Amino acid sequence: MKYVDDFRDKELARGLAAAIAAEAEPSHRYHFMEFCGGHTHAIFRYGVQELLPSNVRFIHGPGCPVCVLPVPRIDQALELAERHGVILCSYGDMMRVPAGGKRSLLSAKAAGADIRMVYSTQDALKIARDNPEREVVFFAIGFETTTPPSAVAIRQAKAEGLGNFSVFCNHVLTPAAIQHILQSPELRDMDSVTIDGFLGPSHVSAVIGSRPYEYFAQEFQKPVVITGFEPLDVMQAVLMLVRQINAGSAEVENQYARVVTPDGNRKAQELVAEIFELRRMFEWRGLGQVPYSAQKIRPEYQDFDAELRFALTDTGATDVKGCECPAILRGVKKPTDCKLFGTACTPDNPQGSCMVSSEGSCAAYWSYGRFRQEAVGA
Amino acid sequence: MSGTKRKFPQRMKFSSGQVEMTHGGGGRAMAQLIEELFVRHFDNELLAAGNDQAVFTAPPGRVVISTDGHVVSPLFFPGGDIGSLSVHGTVNDVAMSGARPLYLSAGFILEEGFALSDLERIVISMAAASAKAGVPVVTGDTKVVERGKGDGVFITTTGVGVVPEGIEISGALARPGDAVLVNGFIGDHGTAILSKRENLEFESEIRSDSAALHGLIAHMLAAETDIHVLRDPTRGGLAATCNEIAWQSGVGMHLMEERIPIRPDVQAACELLGLDPLYVANEGKLIAICPGEKADALLAAMREHELGRDAGIIGHVRADENRFVTMETGFGGNRIVDWIAGEQLPRIC
Repeated sequence: MKYVDDFRDKELARGLAAAIAAEAEPSHRYHFMEFCGGHTHAIFRYGVQELLPSNVRFIHGPGCPVCVLPVPRIDQALELAERHGVILCSYGDMMRVPAGGKRSLLSAKAAGADIRMVYSTQDALKIARDNPEREVVFFAIGFETTTPPSAVAIRQAKAEGLGNFSVFCNHVLTPAAIQHILQSPELRDMDSVTIDGFLGPSHVSAVIGSRPYEYFAQEFQKPVVITGFEPLDVMQAVLMLVRQINAGSAEVENQYARVVTPDGNRKAQELVAEIFELRRMFEWRGLGQVPYSAQKIRPEYQDFDAELRFALTDTGATDVKGCECPAILRGVKKPTDCKLFGTACTPDNPQGSCMVSSEGSCAAYWSYGRFRQEAVGA
Repeated sequence: MSGTKRKFPQRMKFSSGQVEMTHGGGGRAMAQLIEELFVRHFDNELLAAGNDQAVFTAPPGRVVISTDGHVVSPLFFPGGDIGSLSVHGTVNDVAMSGARPLYLSAGFILEEGFALSDLERIVISMAAASAKAGVPVVTGDTKVVERGKGDGVFITTTGVGVVPEGIEISGALARPGDAVLVNGFIGDHGTAILSKRENLEFESEIRSDSAALHGLIAHMLAAETDIHVLRDPTRGGLAATCNEIAWQSGVGMHLMEERIPIRPDVQAACELLGLDPLYVANEGKLIAICPGEKADALLAAMREHELGRDAGIIGHVRADENRFVTMETGFGGNRIVDWIAGEQLPRIC
């Protein structure tokens, strides 16, 4: 495949691996958090880890959109479909994520709720147009990449006077989460997890640009290299991070210059700012309450806010007992540290969100990497 | 002049008619549908005999039987339709034992209101596939369900065949040191279906690989009888089939990503849609496992046949009590090739 295979070239990978091995100092530890689930997926799918020396390690971050949504928000989505009888439109990744009471969108659908998997917000708008007698709610999730399409849908619905359409907004922000991780007591005081640098998001950065990372690179003295989702991108970013650590610098560098600019996509940013505003507080699975880390629909567009249109209850439901997703999402524990991993919790029968999405670290460990644990008898 | 001497006074209107409840009711309408559609197109003596069963003498050897339900959506797709698919699917399941498929039976579940023109088109395609394969449909059944209780048409086919003396093929027979072969490009069928799905349509020239593989298998067996395993990687794709075999045989398997034949446009479509071609369904592909030292001869035989031109050796079997299917990625790393969790795409066959 032209323009794709080039970024998966084995020979170039060998060259980069040799350079990393030569430059990483054996006495030093290099622990890098890849924030995005997309990177986690690439690392496992292509077997990147084993091309690196043993003192260069990845810590998998919380950047998996379906993983970070707390259980009560999924319960509310179910409430929309079941109690309020709406047509609930959801991206496919969300369908199998466990909600409270061992339920999921998929199980509610099987029990008769009208839940439809869509590939874009445009599909949801079409469903609303085709079913004028029904309320149609789009279950909006994801980081800065999926926010602009939700904004477009809301603006379009207003322009068309599509009164039966609304959005259940759960869009969250990347920089706020990274900052929250860096401020967590585990990192600051307890020293139970060491993060020496970050692989910055690819698609998110295409929208927000590279500037938003400058504050915490400086404040927390952690280098950030924004990088693409192809395995060669990841390896090159690792080399850049190793060089920064060796040089004692903490800069924001952009490996993904073919897509990401310092300012990002202005048009998308303006659109998002027109429709959404920051929530003062939002709960993340794993991270807890994170200030100014999520979007809500502005008062000017409140007619399209499902949270205002329908009465929703906070079930306060928590993760399944024993599930380590919260600690795994913070990078404090590895999937294999969880007692449920591979026993009660597998991709076919997920107990926690990290086992559901292909971007979740538990699913990546299980689906691509578990032979390594077996090999060392763990 | 009198119509009373004719069994069916009016001919069926296939161009404008639709399936009605009476077509499954056991009366004259059903008899007419069977005669003017199924008997006419499937065109063989056993079916024309008009009994509720087909009676025949089986040739010597062990008898094989296999059954497969078909619910694909859409019913018509590039490279085939539910009719041809229902023949190929079952012929292949029988043939993967090394058997020569002999006969098929077909059960149709029709939805009230389904266009007779579409049904006729499907039956004609099924008859053509069965004639080409040389495996006639010799008995069958028709039921009609109320509108809204089906999805146009579902077809279940059952096939019988006979395994010749000296052939011993089973998913439990893969042994460490064996080679793993595939007869061509993977992922075509699932991607072709996907390209015609509502909400997802994209322009492509990808066609389903739907084909009957017993001719290829006969050719392979003529060259090399020492084949341990044959299996067609349908739902769940190559990944699921390799895992099934590893589990059944109690072995591990190691694949080489670079050697797995995938068309660039299938690769590109999967890339775009976030699918992995290893999990995408095939309907004209087989995995063959044979002793490593016989792999080159078997590969040469496969490549002589039109359905094996792009065949390749994609990996090997190894001892592994965990029964992992692993793969060296094109990038140079290693990973597990696991079973699919959930489904990438429903109702592809």
